[in-house]
Amino acid sequence: MERVLTIDQVKPGAELPELGYDVTATTVVLGALASRDWRPMHHDRDFAQIRNGTRDIFLNTPNQAAWFERYLTDWTGPYGRLGRMKFRMRDSVFPGDRMVFRGRVDAVHTDDAGCGWADVTVKLSVGDKLCTECTARIALPTAAGDNPWTRRGERWKPDAEVGTASARR
Amino acid sequence: MSEADTLTGEVPQEVRGWIGQKRYEQEGEFDVERGYIYTSCASVENGSPLFWNEKAANEITSGWIAPPSMISVWFRPHAFAPNRTGTAQPLQVHFDLKEKLDLPEAIMTDNTIVFRDPVRPGDRLRTWQVLRSVSEPKTTKLGTGRFWVIDVEYVNQKGESVGTESYTGFGYKRQT
Repeated sequence: MERVLTIDQVKPGAELPELGYDVTATTVVLGALASRDWRPMHHDRDFAQIRNGTRDIFLNTPNQAAWFERYLTDWTGPYGRLGRMKFRMRDSVFPGDRMVFRGRVDAVHTDDAGCGWADVTVKLSVGDKLCTECTARIALPTAAGDNPWTRRGERWKPDAEVGTASARR
Repeated sequence: MSEADTLTGEVPQEVRGWIGQKRYEQEGEFDVERGYIYTSCASVENGSPLFWNEKAANEITSGWIAPPSMISVWFRPHAFAPNRTGTAQPLQVHFDLKEKLDLPEAIMTDNTIVFRDPVRPGDRLRTWQVLRSVSEPKTTKLGTGRFWVIDVEYVNQKGESVGTESYTGFGYKRQT
């Protein structure tokens, strides 16, 4: 039986469990190759330093997306379904860094199709340095038996504006 | 000269003509497949049963799916293909902008992804790119250049949208 986090169990302001990970060159290169990103700044230190002016190779964009997805769905369990994710990269993540993900629930709401959503901000930091900030909207079951993955068409509105104030909790 | 002309005055006409145009429509070179899904999950230690446990995948997502964040993975070309001339690049509009604006370096600063129907092993996706905007010149700690926004649409073999990405890139010349 898989764990089911339902929308009524989530409150604005709630903190997600922290995730820390020691980044190595292998982390960066594996992440780049897993996302079919062959650009040299993600596997060639000389190129990264000379052409990009960075101190080393660094985590690529799609692999950061994969890290954010993993972090969010670790929290929700498999019934959590990502609807939207936006992230801004302020600084790079390099081999030797210990990256830490911290998340906080900003809002919980139900849209006019009856889908329950949690808006979450996730910060990826290295020490005191904020490297990437991600805002995500993830659908959660409204009750046991509900499954956001069954939603399609008009029942799945990941990019709709948040519904009426009364729908927000 | 209007305000809009002032903001885009140094952007070549050809580049301005790309704004809002659907470009580089293409089909993926191969079907969505589980080997890359495993590699992606391993790269971030994602142990979700949706990607590792067939029973869970059948019960929750009606079969295997790909992690939604992999949406762009299926369109990145290898550096080599036997009949290809020239260099194939992912997000070709980004590289076109670097060339046409004479900005040799570039990074991505923002990425927004909207996820629609799940992508499944066996799907053959189609994509296209739309340039949305090019900024006036800006100077950052990396150098002086321009920001641009490119949308990428993805559909499956049934024409159903599986997602949209929006990238903000910054093309620049390094400070000397």
